[in-house]
Formats: sequence, C-alpha cells, structure tokens
Amino acid sequence: MKQKVAIIGSGNIGTDLMLKIVNGSDRLEVAAMVGIDPDSDGLKRAAALGIATTHEGLDGLRRLPSYPEIAIVMDATSAKAHEAHHPVLVADGKHVIDLTPAAIGPYIVPAVDISDHGEAAAVNMVTCGGQATVPMVYAVRRAVDRLIYGEIVASVSSRSAGPGTRANIDEFTQTTARAIEVVGGAERGKAIIILNPAEPPMIMRDSIFTLSQGGDEGRIRASVADMIERVQDYVPGYRLKQDVQFERIGDNAPVRISGIGEVSGLKTSIFLEVEGAGDYFPAYAGNLDIMTSSAKAVAEHWAAGRAG
Amino acid sequence: MAIVDKSRVYIQDVSLRDGMHALRHRMDLDRLREIVAALDDAGVDAIEVTHGDGLSGSSFTYGFGSHSDLDWIEAAADVAKTARITVLLVPGIGLARDLEDARKAGAASVRIATHCTEADVSRQHIKVARDLGYDTACFLMMSHMIEPAALLEQARLMESYGAECVYVVDSAGAMLPDDVSARVNALRGGLKPETEVGIHTHENLHHGVANAVAGVRAGAVRVDGSLAGLGAGAGNAPIEALVAVFDRLGLKIACDFVKLASAADQLVRPLMDRPVRVDRESLVLGYAGVYSSFLRHAEKASDDYGIPTTDILVELGRRAMVGGQEDMIVDVALDLAKAERAG
Repeated sequence: MKQKVAIIGSGNIGTDLMLKIVNGSDRLEVAAMVGIDPDSDGLKRAAALGIATTHEGLDGLRRLPSYPEIAIVMDATSAKAHEAHHPVLVADGKHVIDLTPAAIGPYIVPAVDISDHGEAAAVNMVTCGGQATVPMVYAVRRAVDRLIYGEIVASVSSRSAGPGTRANIDEFTQTTARAIEVVGGAERGKAIIILNPAEPPMIMRDSIFTLSQGGDEGRIRASVADMIERVQDYVPGYRLKQDVQFERIGDNAPVRISGIGEVSGLKTSIFLEVEGAGDYFPAYAGNLDIMTSSAKAVAEHWAAGRAG
Repeated sequence: MAIVDKSRVYIQDVSLRDGMHALRHRMDLDRLREIVAALDDAGVDAIEVTHGDGLSGSSFTYGFGSHSDLDWIEAAADVAKTARITVLLVPGIGLARDLEDARKAGAASVRIATHCTEADVSRQHIKVARDLGYDTACFLMMSHMIEPAALLEQARLMESYGAECVYVVDSAGAMLPDDVSARVNALRGGLKPETEVGIHTHENLHHGVANAVAGVRAGAVRVDGSLAGLGAGAGNAPIEALVAVFDRLGLKIACDFVKLASAADQLVRPLMDRPVRVDRESLVLGYAGVYSSFLRHAEKASDDYGIPTTDILVELGRRAMVGGQEDMIVDVALDLAKAERAG
C-alpha cells in the first residue's frame, strides 16, 4: 500500500512535487493538496487528478477526512508560513519535510545522510544549491584527512528565481554555507549565488571548490564519481560537466581563508550541470527540480521504512 | 547622506577596490595607507576600499585577498581625514551583515551592485545600509546589455528600496559616449530629482574618460576613476586625467590633478605586475562586451590549459556570462581544449 502524503503550498514547487509523486512514485500517494488560493493552477491540477484539495491552508488540511491517515507532510510554502505550520504538524504526530528556508528541522541531503535521520519528526531540505553541491563537498571530505574549506557557486537562470529567493538572497547563501559545514563536513563553508538572465535560459550550473589535506587525487576522483551516481538515483539530470580538476596550493603561496588563516593543500574543482525532469518546470530549472526530487526521495525512504 | 556640495562633481576613487582586480586582490596595508593618504590630500570625495568583488569576495572563485576587507577598511579609515571610505557589496556574494562590520571598521558609504536586470535582489541590503546610516548608492553592472528604458525600470526599483544614487556601470568597457548619454539621460529623466545618477567606466575601448564626460554632460553627478586607471580589464578612467579634463571643461571640482598624477606615478604604477592598458586581451573585453574582471582569471586558465585568452573571453561573451560567473572561465577553457583535441 502506498504511503499517503500531503503537500502544503500549491505554487510552483508544490505543484512540481505533486506531479513528480503522481507520475513517478510507487511508494507515495498524494492524499491532499493544500493551498490558500482556490484559483491556483496547482489546486486545479490536483482536483483534475482526483486529489483532495483545500484552499484553507493548514486548517483546511486538518479538517480533511483523510488527515489521520497522512503520515508525511511536505511544506512548500514560505519560511514564515512554515514556522507556524511546524509546531501544529509535529503535535499532530506528522513527519514533516520542509522545503522552505525556515531551517527548523535538521538539514537533510539524501545522497549524504538519508539514513542518519530515520523517520525524523522534521527535516529541512537546505536550498537548491545545497542539494546540488553538498554531496560533492562530502565526496571530497570522505576521501581526505582534513577538509579545510568548501566553496560553491550556484548559477541559475533569472526566470527560475522566484520573488522569495530574490527578496532573501542572504538566506540562500547563509543556509547553503552552513550545510557545507554541517552536512558536507568542511571546516569552513562559503556559498555564492548568481542569477543569469540569458535567453534561452541557462541550465542550472554548480561549481564546487575545496581545499583539503591528506588525500590523493585518485581517491577524490573515485569518491566524486560514486556520489554523482548516488544523486542520479533521484535526480537523473545531475551530471559532472568536466573531469575533476586539481591544483596544489603550496606552502610558498598559501591562501588566506577567513576564519582559518593562511593554509595550503590540494584544491579540487568540480563542475556540475543539473537539468530538470520537466515535470512542471522547464528543464533549465534544475535548481527547482533538485529540491522537489530530493524531498520526494526523503519521503520515499521513510515510506520504505514503514513498509518494513 | 547624499552629496555634501551639490554645486560640483563628486569624485569617487576606486583604485583600492576595482584596482584590486588588477593586483589579484593583494594589497599591503602600508602601501594602502600611503595611497589613501595621497588621495585624501588630493581632495577626492570618497575612496572605495574592498576586495574587487566586494565584501566577502575573497574566495577561490574570485581570488583570495591578501588581507581581510575589515583590515583594509580600518587601515584606510585610520588615514583618511576628509574623504569618505566606501565599500562595495554584491548581493549573492556578500551579506547584509557584512555591512555592519564594515560600518564599525569605518566605512561611511556603500555601493550595492547587481547585474543590470536583477535589481530586486538588492532590496534587503539597501534597507540595512540605510538603517546603518550609510550613504547608499547602487550599481547596475553591465549596463550596456539592456536598453535605456529597461535600465530605468531597474534603477527605479533600487530607488524605491532607498538608493540615494544609481550608477550606470560599464563593467565591460563596451560603451561609447552615445550609449552612456542615452542611459544617463534615461535615469536622470525618470528618477526622482533628489536621486543622484553616477557613472562608472572602463578603458577597454579607450573611452573611459570620454564616457565619464558624456555621463556628466547628461546629468551624472558622481564619477568613478582610479589612479593610473588601476582597475579590471584595461582599467578605469584614470582619475588624474579625469580631473584634469573636468578642470579644462570648467566643471567645479575639489581635486588637485597634479597631486593625483604624482600618486599614480609614484605609488600605483610600481605595483602593477601586469600592465593595466588597452592591449589585445583587454580590447577584446570591450569589443565583445565581457565583464572586465574576467581578464586575469582567463589569463591563468590560458596558461593552465593552453587556450588563447582571447578565445576564452570571446566564448564567455557568446555564452552571455554575467559578472560573478568567474567559475565558468575554467569550464569554458576545458570545453575549448576538448574541442581542440576532437578537432
């Protein structure tokens, strides 16, 4: 039997998530689609698919007859709305997957740490840039003795950056940087986001640069290749765009890293491309696709645990 | 905190910010103090002091600074007697909270920079800057990429968030005087009268000073320049020449161009490990409309992968890469190297 889930938020992210589950999950069933705008495209599509809907937000969800059977709730609203939803859902005994930048629950990046969290009360999906790059940071971390620094640049098409991201761009960089440290295992993390307005829109690109000590190039290369495959399990359009590049930073020309001081070591450069599956978003919006794909992967993992 | 004396052109030096690109973000504190003291003595209104890519720009992607932004800012603020110390912040690279630290270190004015079509990412930073009491100006980078009317729309967003001045920024050194006039005119005509307009130029097509003049004639009241043109690509409008030209035009200014020229010759030219000039590589930046700061990174990628710098720059332009996408330079070099092996 499929595990029933509810999606709160009938905007772009929520709708793409719904379509991903409807079209491609043998473990999950969308039992409710929750919005606040009865005219939203997401609620209309849900109704057309025979999914129970409400435009009365969380209160509406809690009144639905199927609510007691729903174990997992995925929140694709906003950080502010999620802060209000979180305590209610947890008190109701739901397992919460938060796709907003609220970051109340611990960060989760499926390829790195999905089994560490079991079926947690609540997890947070970091950011799109975090989902794309933290697996690579961790891939270097596990192949070396010391991962001093991880830096990422996420370039996304202007069209795929919504008003929420634009109004709070610091939330993106700070949350991603923290996840590079907490989940990726770097002593110091830095994140940069670039919006590119080119037409036709560019496919999401991510570059990862690390500085490490006590590892060799062959082990790093193999670890990266393995991790790429792990992410591809749930994000098919996740690709290594170039061979992994290496550069020795010698003691004669160390780099000065904020919070660490002058250090030397091995610089690793990893260049990725993330193409979306095109469920609801166009394929260039790999940044949005990797969020919904990762959230779906977490819900499926939990559902598999329940099925025993 | 807008311009103090509205009767004259406000001269903003960028040697110790845009100039950092030309020096790969390596600047000794003693040398910085000498340069700040000379600029201050020559009467410039403001001195920008930050990593070339703004606060928190120090990184693998843009180059690590030899010192932290705060060390540089404190040293500059310590020496400057009358000039304001300015910082640059690029949302997506630096954080609003960096502005708090920079203010404590002595910065009094800020330029918040976005790509010319993405002004709405600057809202939170402009608000924080105003709340901290900064003189708050904004940069529309790569202004050559969009038409004047579209540029005005973006400038209006920045104005609505609280910008006191909006700059037309020719990051690629790709504009000619008519392009500058059209854009400054659009902003001057469409923004509130109290919102100032500024002009930031590069010399890639050897028009840095001429473009600054065009900007002032169209209504810009703040103008950027740097000693000996120290800046990304072929550099910025040389501030000593800029001031001399303004003087000849009869514009009211408060700077001494002879003192500036001495500082350019004695303090700045000796620092250049690569000449800042219009040469094959920097000319291609201007001609192809490519972000000037890509130059030195592209030259390194050329050395590492054996692809001519000009080929890398042209391809970056073809791919419509914007400021901040320095990470794509190695990606392009690797693609070109692959194509060469396959060809």
